[in-house]
Amino acid sequence: MDIFLQQIVNGVTLGSIYALVALGYTMVYGIIGLINFAHGEVVMIGALTAFSVITGLLGADTGLPVGLVVAIGLVAAIAVCSVLAFSIEKVAYRPLRRASRLAPLITAIGMSIVLQNVAMMIWGRNYLRFPELFGTERYVVGGASITSLQIAIVLLAAGVMALLLVMVHKTRLGTAMRATAQNPEVAGLMGININTAISVAFVVGAALAAVAGLMVMTYYEVAYYHMGFILGLKAFTAAVLGGIGNLAGAMLGGLLLGVIEALGAGYIGDLTFGVLGSHYQDVFAFFVLITVLIFRPSGLLGERVGDRA
Amino acid sequence: MTDALTRLKQHPAALWVGFALIAAALAMLPFIVGMQGQTWVRVVNNALLYVMLALGLNIVVGFAGLLDLGYIAFYAVGAYSYALLASPHFGLHLPFWIILPIGFLVACVFGVLLGAPVLKLRGDYLAIVTLGFGEIIRIFINNLNEPINITNGPQGITLIDPIRIGSLSFSGTNELAGLDFTSPVKYYYLLLALVLVIIFINVRLQDSRIGRAWEAIREDEIAAQAMGINLRNMKLLAFAMGASFGGVAGGMFSAIQGFISPESFGIFESIIVLSMVVLGGMGNIPGVILGAVLLSTFPEALRYMAPLQKATFGREIIDPEAARLLIFGLAMILIMLFRPAGLLPSEVRKRELATERAP
Repeated sequence: MDIFLQQIVNGVTLGSIYALVALGYTMVYGIIGLINFAHGEVVMIGALTAFSVITGLLGADTGLPVGLVVAIGLVAAIAVCSVLAFSIEKVAYRPLRRASRLAPLITAIGMSIVLQNVAMMIWGRNYLRFPELFGTERYVVGGASITSLQIAIVLLAAGVMALLLVMVHKTRLGTAMRATAQNPEVAGLMGININTAISVAFVVGAALAAVAGLMVMTYYEVAYYHMGFILGLKAFTAAVLGGIGNLAGAMLGGLLLGVIEALGAGYIGDLTFGVLGSHYQDVFAFFVLITVLIFRPSGLLGERVGDRA
Repeated sequence: MTDALTRLKQHPAALWVGFALIAAALAMLPFIVGMQGQTWVRVVNNALLYVMLALGLNIVVGFAGLLDLGYIAFYAVGAYSYALLASPHFGLHLPFWIILPIGFLVACVFGVLLGAPVLKLRGDYLAIVTLGFGEIIRIFINNLNEPINITNGPQGITLIDPIRIGSLSFSGTNELAGLDFTSPVKYYYLLLALVLVIIFINVRLQDSRIGRAWEAIREDEIAAQAMGINLRNMKLLAFAMGASFGGVAGGMFSAIQGFISPESFGIFESIIVLSMVVLGGMGNIPGVILGAVLLSTFPEALRYMAPLQKATFGREIIDPEAARLLIFGLAMILIMLFRPAGLLPSEVRKRELATERAP
């Protein structure tokens, strides 16, 4: 029982990070129908930027409180990621908006490779160890231990997602984004600047990715140049699981995928009588992805299947 | 290019002379590059392996229009089939003529296994599922060393038998007519023969009923179905054919290297093969061959950059390994932006990519 509860706690923590990244995929897919392969790399760049800023400030003995240093790191990461995503869209995707569907997908893959290798040149090949900044408290609830870091991650993720929902549903910009997602031509006729709406989707997604990057790095206490790839793939799986193009779906999908993975890793040994071990954890996401795409390609909350699936 | 070909076709004699020249050049190639050292013959062999892979992937991506990002899984399956059947790992030492068809068939089965569940998916969803499939295969290969040791896990399999045909072993050096036939040179001729067979099959396929059916599916699935094309069979056939060429290439890789490990079959290998197809021109056989040769020999040229950089700047500024992938990535982006049909585009692709997507 306590293993079950413990895996749920771990799963929800990881799941809220997946959800943040999945939102970036789902917004972009919802608006221009492109799988932004480079999104995982944006998470990585966010994490590594935060790493450099935070360790740099701590090493420089500025006397700033740790919380402020982390906040500065986060803001820096958000700024870098937003500019990056804005430029990626402008350079690699916008010229191809009217090309065949294969073309932007291939530039997205190319962009992902470029970003990884640029990051490798800047930050090196090694795993960078991120120091434990806050003394972590452990709380024991019903046999499962919850750390203050886990609570902070889940709360911060929930807060950011609430902000996003408010932005998308209550502001003019959000309305413009939703209109563009529904029908870009008609939205354009209604006086909406489609290019702005698309850029905003990329920039907001990148800001969420930066937050997620900082979270992943603090949670695992490590950052490296290829950390974004598998994370991005899993987040995309989460977006598909929830129903791609659907914001609530991405959140639900992220949480579910985190929990499925954690439970899977916790129980796979017992389920297969010890034949498969927990190092098969990464396989679950892909099995979930394939199963969802075969049986319910519109995802849990998605409405339209259409020609795109 | 095409004009030149049509003009050539009107002069059969000129055509045959051209073929003879190319054949002579290909036959002498290993001895010419071999003068600079056997490493260069290995580079050429490596290029031929990539040509096989790129031609296999071209069937799936170029002909049938199914974007496959997990193609290297079939390469891995072929390589491991060979390694397990011809190494001390299981104590099996089957001859090449038995393993080659087995590798072909096993990869073919895996191709169908992947193809069957994803038949209904299109475009980008297909891409991501195949990518997941490739990773699943790699994770399994990496971990299937316990409780029963099948793949020997991350350590990989060593001491794989070299190919042996009759009494001719491909490992040592033979002398014939005053020429030294070293191991890489012998493999070169074997690979060349296989590549020619694969090119022949590809060319014949492209102009056949099957090839035209694939093209129809690529252009418009629904219209193709309405014309009486069996989508399921044709798509499965594309996956199976593509996969089996990958499997054969994998078997050859095993034999030439004598050692394989899961590391050689990462996602980036899939992407490299894809960028060869894209760079050369999807669906165009000469283009794909050009792309594979360019991108596989290019990193060797980069190796000269390291000493060059040291000489000019006093230190290595750009790591050649990073630069290699970086250039692959940049090539993919730039090609899509400025020459979306590739260096040598196929006629149909050119038309297709030139027309705007309907809103």
